[in-house]
Amino acid sequence: MNILWLQAAGCGGCTMSLLCAEAPGILDLLAGAGLRFLWHPALSAETGAQARTLLDSVERGDIPLDILCVEGAIARGPRGSGRYQMLSGTGRSMLDWITNLVPRATHVVAVGSCAAYGGVTSAGGNPSDAVGLQYEGGHKGGILPARFQASGGLPVINVAGCPTHPDWVGETLLMLAAGELAADGLDPLARPRFYADHLVHHGCPKNEFYEYKASARQLCELGCMMEHLGCIGTQAVGDCNIRPWNGGGSCTKGGYPCIACTAPEFEEPAHAFTETPKVGGIPVGLPSDMPKAWFMALASLSKAATPERLAKNAVADRITIPPSLRKRPR
Amino acid sequence: MSGTRLVVGPFNRVEGDLEVHLTLSGGRVARAEVNAPLYRGFERMLRGRPPSDALTLTPRICGICSISQSAAAAQALAAAGAHRPAPQGALVTALIHAVENAADHLTHFNLFFMPDFARPAYAAHPWHARAVARFTAMEGAAPREVLEARAALMHVLGLLAGKWPHTLAIQPGGVTRSPSARDKVRILSSLRAFRQYLERTLFGAPLEAFIALDSPAALQGWDTGDAGLFMEIAADLDLDALGRGAGRYLSFGAYALTEGHGFAAGLWNGAPAPLELSGLVEDTAHSWMLGGPAHPASGHTEPDEDMRDGAYSWCKAPRLNGLPFETGALARQVIDGHPLARALAGGGVLARVAARLLELARTQVLMEDLTAQIMPSSRFMAPAPDLRDGAGAGLVEAARGALGHWVRVEEGRIASYQIIAPTTWNFSPRDGAGTPGPLETALEGTPADEGATLAVQHIVRSFDPCMVCTVH
Repeated sequence: MNILWLQAAGCGGCTMSLLCAEAPGILDLLAGAGLRFLWHPALSAETGAQARTLLDSVERGDIPLDILCVEGAIARGPRGSGRYQMLSGTGRSMLDWITNLVPRATHVVAVGSCAAYGGVTSAGGNPSDAVGLQYEGGHKGGILPARFQASGGLPVINVAGCPTHPDWVGETLLMLAAGELAADGLDPLARPRFYADHLVHHGCPKNEFYEYKASARQLCELGCMMEHLGCIGTQAVGDCNIRPWNGGGSCTKGGYPCIACTAPEFEEPAHAFTETPKVGGIPVGLPSDMPKAWFMALASLSKAATPERLAKNAVADRITIPPSLRKRPR
Repeated sequence: MSGTRLVVGPFNRVEGDLEVHLTLSGGRVARAEVNAPLYRGFERMLRGRPPSDALTLTPRICGICSISQSAAAAQALAAAGAHRPAPQGALVTALIHAVENAADHLTHFNLFFMPDFARPAYAAHPWHARAVARFTAMEGAAPREVLEARAALMHVLGLLAGKWPHTLAIQPGGVTRSPSARDKVRILSSLRAFRQYLERTLFGAPLEAFIALDSPAALQGWDTGDAGLFMEIAADLDLDALGRGAGRYLSFGAYALTEGHGFAAGLWNGAPAPLELSGLVEDTAHSWMLGGPAHPASGHTEPDEDMRDGAYSWCKAPRLNGLPFETGALARQVIDGHPLARALAGGGVLARVAARLLELARTQVLMEDLTAQIMPSSRFMAPAPDLRDGAGAGLVEAARGALGHWVRVEEGRIASYQIIAPTTWNFSPRDGAGTPGPLETALEGTPADEGATLAVQHIVRSFDPCMVCTVH
């Protein structure tokens, strides 16, 4: 299968992340599955007239297109013209190009939260009037209609994340090549369920602090970041703490909160990203699947039961009290 | 002006969107106009938000200079609050930043720049078969080797910064994760592996031997590793003469440590001068931006929705005391006083690429030194108090040059945020006086005709442009 990759209005970070794929690297991963880039703006040799010829051929249908990957949101401004992003050398907007290329593709993949929902490019009043391919924030319908399905039978596949994990993109492409990705493999926001059925909370190294509501007050302390520091890993989809980033990391392992970058409209939390909004001292936005009264009851119980080890470590920048040993040297 | 008009685009293997308009006359470029054709409006997005949001949003300007943006935002907010990071926090910030810059230099050389020499147009040259085997886009041996080495180096960021790109680990007071003694030995082991890659593959010799080169003649004698292949190509194609710059350089200083910068800040115009930015303006005469020239501390960003004739880019034109400046690895190494870089000052494609290789070697040594200085028992964060009112600048060096953030906070909200990125300098359009930007100047006189723009491509890519940062 071939892949045409276009970079719309975004930062290019999902490509940069993809290049961090390991064991095997992205080039061998795709080649091994019979996938090849027809053109990728960061990797291909073809530039200028050569690249234009290629794009023209795909648009005319002379070269059949299996997978269209779009990275970045689609800028519609100014005044609906799309001229905030012209595909260079072509005199045409990226909006126009993508609209014309989509019908040629068997599958359409939105790589990253910008291409999926608008993402950071649509933050703060959305200066470029940017949207996702099939969503405007959490609302269905972007530059493509809510009911759009590519000829392969799937809607736009939203590999959301800011950035995306290299394996989320790689494995989505591999599943498409193998015919293993069906409509029931996508969640209600069209994200592949192989990573969207998990929460960032799963496997978070701060889980024990969470159990006792032993909270960090500052970014650098070890405790749970839900109560004070804006972490919404209990509501955010992603296997970030199950599948390592860059050899072993994740946001919460790095000591900073999950901001739910796989979700539509994460860019507008309506509060500072690293502060938890509270009503009457109680954090709003508790875990999604839990009755609030139960959560409050359990939280106050577990807070009362917090071992000294966790209470002290939560507000320290390294472990100061190790676990007590069941078997001590005699 | 008479002559054939030629538009080069899509201009790939650069970060982001670039379009180059050439006016050709007698087989040469008579005039070049550089267009950054994507506008997103980050400076407008930030207005009215809590100051700390800049730490989440500005890294997302760019997926390749993400940590540079983090570092500039953290430094600007610290300056606005008259706050200083914990010294060991500044040290770890520098290490995190150096890893990104080293990875970027590597990506540029192997994935963006060298593949052009594998093109069939060079088939008659004695080095061509080797360039094809090593550097053919996506197929050669080098892309695979470099992606493996790069991904392994990034493990340092997995450990210290959670992930790359787009970390929140860098804060005005230091870093969010305190490295332990175990982390320190693990980082040293990742750096040893990266040194092995550099010495076996890129340089084919000890890094210290490349760092010791002190003249263009000594450089020309370098014949090992991928760097040796580049030097052979550079001599054959006379890349020294191609795309020469004005020799006017700017560096904000890389890696702000307690004892000073890792690579010095300053200006160079035939002689060193201290960095002084009171004469800095962003000019909008040929930009699709409204409002006149302004210093970034009092600047604004209002796009011209009519995209008026006479303007040709979303990029503003930064000028210091009325002059354009080139920025990047060559500028940094010239200003830092490395003898080879000083001897290459004013040079073209060869000088820019050789300086990047030199800096990559020096950055490896710097990363090893920084890691050795980590004291796991110390504090890595001095939390900054809430910022209610204040103004400040964050001046750092991204891989591709000087990056500045200027922030003003009023009543706990961002009142103004202005950014000048490295490629804003290098690929700026003309200013009100008609003075072209550094790339536009470097392209003038370059051999080119329709269907033969390879020399133009070498020059453009020699700057390692980052277009997503340029306009932001």
